[in-house]
Amino acid sequence: MRLQLLALLSKEPAHGYELKQALEQIFGTAYPSPNIGQIYVTLGRLEKDGLVRSVDVEQSNRPNKKVYYCTAEGREALDEWVDSATEGPRVRDEFFMKLVLAPMTGIADRMTLINRQRRHYLAIMRDLVELAQQTDQDNRPAHLLIEGAMLHLQADLDWLERCQEDLL
Amino acid sequence: MNTPAMHTVNLVKIYQTGGLPVPAVRGIDLRVERGEFVAIMGPSGSGKSTLIHMLGGLDTRTSGEIWVEGKRADTLNESAWAILRRQKIGFVFQFFNLVDNMTVADNVELPALLGGASPKHARERREYLLCELNLTDKADAAPAQLSGGEQQRVALARALANQPQVLLADEPTGNLDSRNTRDVLRLLGEVHRQGQTIVMVTHDARVAGLADRVVTLLDGQIIDDGAIAPTRRRPKGGAGDVVELRG
Repeated sequence: MRLQLLALLSKEPAHGYELKQALEQIFGTAYPSPNIGQIYVTLGRLEKDGLVRSVDVEQSNRPNKKVYYCTAEGREALDEWVDSATEGPRVRDEFFMKLVLAPMTGIADRMTLINRQRRHYLAIMRDLVELAQQTDQDNRPAHLLIEGAMLHLQADLDWLERCQEDLL
Repeated sequence: MNTPAMHTVNLVKIYQTGGLPVPAVRGIDLRVERGEFVAIMGPSGSGKSTLIHMLGGLDTRTSGEIWVEGKRADTLNESAWAILRRQKIGFVFQFFNLVDNMTVADNVELPALLGGASPKHARERREYLLCELNLTDKADAAPAQLSGGEQQRVALARALANQPQVLLADEPTGNLDSRNTRDVLRLLGEVHRQGQTIVMVTHDARVAGLADRVVTLLDGQIIDDGAIAPTRRRPKGGAGDVVELRG
């Protein structure tokens, strides 16, 4: 979460709770709602590394709040992040390990493994279709995230099909 | 037990190409209950399309039996199949097969009229279906003026015009982008909830995920047949597992 928070702070200074709200608003239902403790821990680490700094802002009737802002070093880290390509997804290696190793040890049948996995992926797909229907149409980032997850899942299913054909 | 909407007994199809017999479907026993939504999946060449075409009487079987609502159908001749389809079966093809010199509206109303519906009823049903598929403003267009995705949605509307006992479909979302697929998913979900029996060949997991049951073919045989169980973690209008948070 470090760089997402840093990116938000490079736009304008904010306190922890504002950052939590911003993340929820931008990414919507498709994003696990970040917990506030996690956000403060991450901000603390960013500050220790010199990427953000904080100032205490006085408030009437309330304890001071800590407002964070992005430093020049932080800006540099952010540039480095956006300018580098992101790692691609990996094959679901745990399932693949089962597929290769289970029959060697005689504890499972490969057809059965693949069939069970397919049904499980389809159930996840059903959840994603539901999630998309429940998500506000105007929240484009949330819909793109869900659609991305669907495309990955479709690829996983196609790959299961390939594994199954290979058993013929 | 109740009479199933459709069932097959040891259904076999062997194509004879260049003198060599090529088995496409090798002994399929499939039972589809009334109101059930069955998705048929499997790699290309596994016999999915051949199977669904035989179920709709669009391809003859080599041996075995096909039963539609408790009546033997594989022994029917072509014209008897045509009557059975008109009365009981809606079919969506991979490549639409719309009538080119008729408007979209007439394409959709035709099966209902042939099936004996009143013109008023046929029109109301057409208006409902085109509206659900976001095609109301295309009603007076000719099929050739539509995109592939639009034609595919018209083909679905046509297949449902008659409120058929069974809807058979061969890759009905193959030509659709994600927005159009969403309209199709919504309509399929809705007619299924209203009791529509659906048997659908699909490669699209979004569509298959809506089904009650998934039948997987490999090399002309059923290798898996069962319900899609709900996942343990349901999305509760909140965070799915869509993205992974890293600290």
